[in-house]
Amino acid sequence: MMAEAATAEKRGLRKRPGSGARHIGRYALLAPSAAWLLLFVLAPVSILFLYSFWTSHNYQIVQEFTLANYRATFTDPVFRTVMWRTLRLAFLVTATSLLLGYPVAYFIARKVTRWKTFFYLLVIIPMWSSYLVRVYSWKSVLGDQGVLNLLLMKLGILQEPSPIFLYNVFAVYLALVGSILPFMILPIYTSLEKIPQSLVEASSDLGAGFWRTFVRVIFPLSLPGTLAGCTFTFVLVLGDFIASQLLGGTSGILIGKVIYGYFGLAFDWPMGSAMSFVLFAIVFTLIAIAARFGALKEG
Amino acid sequence: MTTLQREVTRHRRRGDEKGAARNGASHRVASLPLLALVAFVFFFMYLPMLLIVIFSFNSSQVTTLPLERFTLRWYEELLADRKIIDAFVNTLIVGAGTTVVALLIGGSGAFALNRLKFPGKGIYEYVVTMPFVLPEIVTGIALLTYYTWIGFRLSLTTVLIGHVVFCLSVAVRTIGGRLQSLPRSYEEASYDLGASRLRTFFLITLPNIRTALLTAGLLIFTISFDETVITIFATGQQNTLPMVIWAMMRRGFTPEVNALATLTFVASLILIVMVGIRLREEA
Repeated sequence: MMAEAATAEKRGLRKRPGSGARHIGRYALLAPSAAWLLLFVLAPVSILFLYSFWTSHNYQIVQEFTLANYRATFTDPVFRTVMWRTLRLAFLVTATSLLLGYPVAYFIARKVTRWKTFFYLLVIIPMWSSYLVRVYSWKSVLGDQGVLNLLLMKLGILQEPSPIFLYNVFAVYLALVGSILPFMILPIYTSLEKIPQSLVEASSDLGAGFWRTFVRVIFPLSLPGTLAGCTFTFVLVLGDFIASQLLGGTSGILIGKVIYGYFGLAFDWPMGSAMSFVLFAIVFTLIAIAARFGALKEG
Repeated sequence: MTTLQREVTRHRRRGDEKGAARNGASHRVASLPLLALVAFVFFFMYLPMLLIVIFSFNSSQVTTLPLERFTLRWYEELLADRKIIDAFVNTLIVGAGTTVVALLIGGSGAFALNRLKFPGKGIYEYVVTMPFVLPEIVTGIALLTYYTWIGFRLSLTTVLIGHVVFCLSVAVRTIGGRLQSLPRSYEEASYDLGASRLRTFFLITLPNIRTALLTAGLLIFTISFDETVITIFATGQQNTLPMVIWAMMRRGFTPEVNALATLTFVASLILIVMVGIRLREEA
């Protein structure tokens, strides 16, 4: 018996490929994804970087090294206006989404008991369904035949439909808040739900009221999710061009739409590449900062 | 019970009552405004889409209230449009392809992350996640310039590559998460019993990560189905459904667009509910 077990074990050990990382063959696991990332993530970003130092002349790309695109990006007043507008809007959308989204996340995580899956679905349905369709749907509210106009006319505030609600930065703001809110709610919800009930009970056992418990226990523990939500929201606004294109008019032109323009009608890929690279750098910095505070582990 | 213990118990009980009473009170005070706010937020998120659905069944050419008659005319027109059917088929092809490729590449990547120590592991994880958190416009443009630079003609293949780039982290994270909670002893037991690596993978590992594969696959398909931004830059002559919608939307606010928007929304809704229930169960 003993001998048998010993040989079996010996055989097992010999045949156990799972132990130790000595097999070169196992690195074959790494090869496909590493090659993919090299070919279709790192290489494209490098080429984008390369393009950003070239120029465009008469709709032809001239492969000569120049810093002109970056210089233009930082000195051109139009670009600066658009960049500031985009950053300001990103900030406003993030702040609004946080104020509206946090209580919803709190409600689902800590108040709902039986209908949790239902509410969870209500949050992720707008999150994963078409962004394009959701942004566009705001035309039904804000258009000159839209529900808002009809309501204001019913109330006697307006005599005739007004076109002022659509094709401006405010329309973009509303549509972005409406479309991006789930990206704020979900990570906050995730981190709120992880808070052990015992901690909350301990706090109230020690005599703390609701607000004191919230401020001292619940909110600090939900910070990683909150930070993740804020980062996602901010980044989504920075990269938007769909809402800007569909609802923005001239006052709602965002940096994404400018970049899109350079790759479309304006046909100045190097300039567009430089701007995307600036955008990339801003976003990358933001995410790196958020990641340092442990935000990306959520969501 | 000693006096001290009794004292502590009494004290604690008093604290309990006080805490409970205070909590209860603030519950009652906080609940109504909270409920109202929650209702408002969901109303805000869903109202525009709800209107689109309603208008898509309204017979009026102009999308406004009051409603006229109920009609399926706009849907019939969509289904009669060859361009839309072709785009729908293309969307399915790209979605299925993206799902398979992303699961294979992302799945093997998840195994590598879980099982191997290799130099640059941190960077690897960062690069996998990058396209998912970066603005899609940057990914789209980077791919477009790259394709042009290497002379890769734009087609559904280039779209598919873009979608896989975007979705890879979904596969890696979902499958990786499942692998992490799978005890290594299962596989070790299988090896000890003399099973080969292949046999162990198909009989032990695969059945255990099956649900994660399905969840990741559904989510990737959903994302690919609706993906717009990367597709705008990466597509050639052939279009996917979001491209057709995008082109129609820029022309105007019409009942046909509403019908098409409704159809895509309902399709995504079904997919998301399937994914969502799985995600909840796994969490």
